[in-house]
Amino acid sequence: MRWLRPTRLRLLSQILFFLLFLFLLIRTEFRGTIATSGSDIRLPYPVGLFFQLDPLVSLSNALTGHGLYHGLLWSLVILIPTMFLGRFFCGWICPLGSIHHFFGSLRSERKRGKQLLESNRYKRWQTTKYYILIAVLVCALLGTGVVGWLDPFSFLVRSMGLSVLPTANYGLQAALHCLEQSRFGVVSTIGMGLHFVLGFVLLNFKQPYFHQGVWLGALFVLILAINLRVTRFWCRAICPLGALLGIASRWSVLGLVKNPEHCNDCNRCLLRCQGGDNPVGGVPWHQPECHLCLNCVDECPEQGLQFKFFPAQKVIGTNLQRRKVLTGLAAGTALVPLMRTAPGFAIERHERLLRPPGALDEEFFLSRCIRCGECMKVCPNNALQPALSEAGIEGLWTPVLVPRIGYCETSCVLCSEVCPTGAIWKITPREKGWSGDVGGPTTPVRLGTAFYDRGRCLPWAMATDCIVCEEWCPTSPKAIYLRPAEVIDLAGNAKQVKQPYLDPSHCVGCGACEHACPVQDRPAVYVTSVGESRSRTNQILLNRKKS
Amino acid sequence: MENKIDELSRRDALIRLLRVAGAGAGTAGLGVWLSKHSFRPEAAVASAARRGHTVPADLNYPQLAVLQGDDPVALVKEAIRDLGGIQRFISRGDVVLVKPNIGWDRTPEQAANTNPDVVAEVVRQCLGAGAKRVVVTDVSCNELRRCFQRSGIAEAAKQAGAEVILPDPSSFKEINLQGEVLHAWPVFEPFLNADKIINVPVAKHHALTGTTLGMKNWYGMLGGQRNQLHQKIHESLVDLADFVRPTLTIIDCYRILLRNGPTGGNLEDVLLKKTLLASTDPVAIDAYAAKAYWNIDVDALPYLKLAAKRGLGTYEFERLRTSVRQLP
Repeated sequence: MRWLRPTRLRLLSQILFFLLFLFLLIRTEFRGTIATSGSDIRLPYPVGLFFQLDPLVSLSNALTGHGLYHGLLWSLVILIPTMFLGRFFCGWICPLGSIHHFFGSLRSERKRGKQLLESNRYKRWQTTKYYILIAVLVCALLGTGVVGWLDPFSFLVRSMGLSVLPTANYGLQAALHCLEQSRFGVVSTIGMGLHFVLGFVLLNFKQPYFHQGVWLGALFVLILAINLRVTRFWCRAICPLGALLGIASRWSVLGLVKNPEHCNDCNRCLLRCQGGDNPVGGVPWHQPECHLCLNCVDECPEQGLQFKFFPAQKVIGTNLQRRKVLTGLAAGTALVPLMRTAPGFAIERHERLLRPPGALDEEFFLSRCIRCGECMKVCPNNALQPALSEAGIEGLWTPVLVPRIGYCETSCVLCSEVCPTGAIWKITPREKGWSGDVGGPTTPVRLGTAFYDRGRCLPWAMATDCIVCEEWCPTSPKAIYLRPAEVIDLAGNAKQVKQPYLDPSHCVGCGACEHACPVQDRPAVYVTSVGESRSRTNQILLNRKKS
Repeated sequence: MENKIDELSRRDALIRLLRVAGAGAGTAGLGVWLSKHSFRPEAAVASAARRGHTVPADLNYPQLAVLQGDDPVALVKEAIRDLGGIQRFISRGDVVLVKPNIGWDRTPEQAANTNPDVVAEVVRQCLGAGAKRVVVTDVSCNELRRCFQRSGIAEAAKQAGAEVILPDPSSFKEINLQGEVLHAWPVFEPFLNADKIINVPVAKHHALTGTTLGMKNWYGMLGGQRNQLHQKIHESLVDLADFVRPTLTIIDCYRILLRNGPTGGNLEDVLLKKTLLASTDPVAIDAYAAKAYWNIDVDALPYLKLAAKRGLGTYEFERLRTSVRQLP
């Protein structure tokens, strides 16, 4: 029964969970159906499953919000067994871990023979992840969700969703186009067949575009490439979730038992070690580093290694140094106030910092948002983009609505549905309040307010009819109203045009006007964040009537 | 085998020289050839694709049918019967394109899109007359999957047997519309391949012209930067209508959007009229609906007179053979 080896089971588990992750990520998209016309649009799959299983997301959410957001309780399914068994999650489930496992097992000039053995011995720098964990948790406690920069799921969803998958879609569409346009009937038929199949499993309905896609992709490739030098460097030295699970497994009851009588110092157990946890004889085992991949047990020619419950052998724990722990604490403590000395957060909010509908006030938003990109992936209009500097340094990769790319669809709330942490609090179309068919609350969610640039607006500046903005305005009554005006055109003739004005009491800041404006490069109507309903301070009018 | 270090046989040297000379000549030849093929990249030339979709006039039947009743399906049935029956318009084997308004992410009750029951019945009629394919499509303004889904039109049309096509950016063709203001524009391909085209708009308010009816529905066959068309809206409307020349126009007035069009959203803006208009004259039907529901005279809608001048129909709807009926 050699094919039933535990390592094979582990590989199977890794593949299954990776495919599940990929499937859910690809399906984090509104695909639409013409089979039914239910007016309340939801996603058919629990696309945020992996975030809900992530104890690090839960812990940071608990630290910032003093509670656990909807669904995060599921993370106990991972955390509690980890306390008993160790980091099985890293070795058997984590999709990012599995990708690293794959790249780490590729042949590499830098990892041959003795180098490979040495690279898999425990190194002091593996404790770095614990200090990172301490720092990001302190940040969470002090009110910023930068944990998401390094949380493995945030990292993976952001990299795959905003960079790898859009790239794959672009490339595949181009290749399929070539095939389909072929002058040979067979080739174009194959192309169409492939298009059909790929359209079903992978391709996007519309090509998504994301700011910073190149850099997010480059960072991803870089992190994967490090595996060619040090296997699973990310998991061993950086991953704060791995660190958390390492600490949680401090008292686990499952452990590696080394039988010194069987050991002939062949070091084969080091060959495929994933965690760098010293399964070799003569030195103690580093329990919190082990991913339970079972490669060492598999590899040992003398059957000298075994995982057993309640082992009696001495093991080494997280191996932290007090001074560095304090450094981590200090770094986290200093980072938040340091980042906030820039004026963006407290004083001079960026005018284009348009947050998705349902987003909490900036202070709470920044603390809960884990920069994962789920909302950007799901937005049917591609409107949400990762911020670069609009929200300050700490707001890197938080979602920003860019109306020129896409406006906020009137009755769509998918971003609030997929947000794993409640940074975009779950709202219904009714609570959003932009559309009459669902009734509505007295005050709608507002993202900002539209303004006119009369120097560029056709009826104002060029004596030309237009009012496409008014046509698109989704509120009723419309937030854009028209006044007939007599203007003089180039030839000196008097001419009647309708000039648009904005009524702030009805404007919800959706950006449809800006999106539809025919002044293509810098539109004559644009939305800024002032008047956003989530903020008490970022307002214009003393009394803004209810819609 | 010779082992001399510094000498190559004459034969080998010659072969080597020939090889290099051949490669050099090839490179030079390729270079010269390429240098003669350097052209400044031009945009693809728009092709002309005009084709009429009208059927011959028939004095035995009214030109405009106005039907009132509770059941939108019955309204369609009776209206088509009044105009001479579907066989007059659709022949066996025809490819029919039905163009409802699916422009906005709205539900049927909000009356921003055509009533799905009306669309479905038009599809059934066409299939009943032996049409080979009936395509239902529109190039929406809002996110189109939401529009197709929430308008209820996709589901209803699909169940009625139509082919529902969601516009794909790759299926637009650059077409010379040969209009007065509209020249090269990307047109959605199904509009070019249809034998018969039936326009099924919904009657709505519009701030620029006062109302949006049949002719404005042709915006939905264009891609590109169609938000420019408002700048010369009357000329644009006529150019589009001249390009399409539909078989039949059916204006859904079951629910009409009185204010805040064309998007609406508020049920208070919707008036339940329970009416359906059908005509072979795309100009007269617009003139009629504008007068009937918004009390807008022909003089306030310059596109009607422009269209009449272009020979697309008459704006004097009073002079048409009209049948007005109330269904029980």
